[in-house]
Amino acid sequence: MSDSLHIAGKAYGSRLLVGTGKYKDFTETRAAIDASGAEIVTVAIRRTNIGQHANEPSLLDVLPPSEFTYLPNTAGCYSADEAVRTLRLARELLDDHRLVKLEVLGDPNTLYPNVTETLAAAKTLVKEGFDVMVYTSDDPIIAKQLEDLGCVAVMPLASLIGSGMGILNPWNLQIIIENANIPVLVDAGVGCASDAAIAMELGCAGVLMNTAIAAAKDPVRMAGAMKKAIEAGRESFLAGRMAKKLYSASPSSPTTGMIG
Amino acid sequence: MQIIVNGTPMQLQTSPMTVQALVTHMQLTGKRIAIERNGDIVPRSQFEQVVLQPGDTLEIVGAVGGG
Repeated sequence: MSDSLHIAGKAYGSRLLVGTGKYKDFTETRAAIDASGAEIVTVAIRRTNIGQHANEPSLLDVLPPSEFTYLPNTAGCYSADEAVRTLRLARELLDDHRLVKLEVLGDPNTLYPNVTETLAAAKTLVKEGFDVMVYTSDDPIIAKQLEDLGCVAVMPLASLIGSGMGILNPWNLQIIIENANIPVLVDAGVGCASDAAIAMELGCAGVLMNTAIAAAKDPVRMAGAMKKAIEAGRESFLAGRMAKKLYSASPSSPTTGMIG
Repeated sequence: MQIIVNGTPMQLQTSPMTVQALVTHMQLTGKRIAIERNGDIVPRSQFEQVVLQPGDTLEIVGAVGGG
């Protein structure tokens, strides 16, 4: 497989990145992630439960960092300072791990990103040696500014986090992809497999999703569907689609040799 | 001595106490955690050396499921 996804100097066979939240239990988490074929998994950094049982399994036992590339996120952070602090802790937690997902939110209802705080955090994190994959709005100018700051991948939303509304502005995504010299991944908003395929057909380098899989009636089956959609969409993009025409006087069957 | 751990006041009977002793006391030994003390990361390699002071504010975190 030569068509791999390159991020921060590492090649990945899968272009599907998945979150690890919202699953019923760790068994379902693991089964869904296996079915998705994802190699990069996002995790959140949270306070440890004081007084929890010492032998309770943790996410790291279920998804060993030896098998997956961890992508610690800054979910729930509303300022650059909080996001930077969270990722410094993540780096210590995961033994000098540098690949991170930066997201700074601006509003608790819509979870819309705060791009000014995101830019500020990206600047600090890049300076501190982090490889920053950055979640942002689908604004092409902001996407380019994040690239110029040194982020390793830019991840515009398809629609709002957890909404499952699909790709609402393919034109902006297309502009972002055309202008970018780093991988562009759709992060957030994908609801079903066709959404993922469309993202890939637009030329995205990959898709990051969580709720679309975890909130499906059968998450493991949806994870498999997403894997196929990402692969089909990528192949379709590489194959190059036919030109769209309102109608065509060129049928697929010969116009000669008709009976009668 | 009183410190604050993850936003909750905690009364320590032993004093002085190292970060490592606190980790043991909290039954977090062997768990994958990271600790911030008064806003600065305490590297794991320094748990034995760093001695807690009254009023210290600690954040002890781990990785959990998230998107």
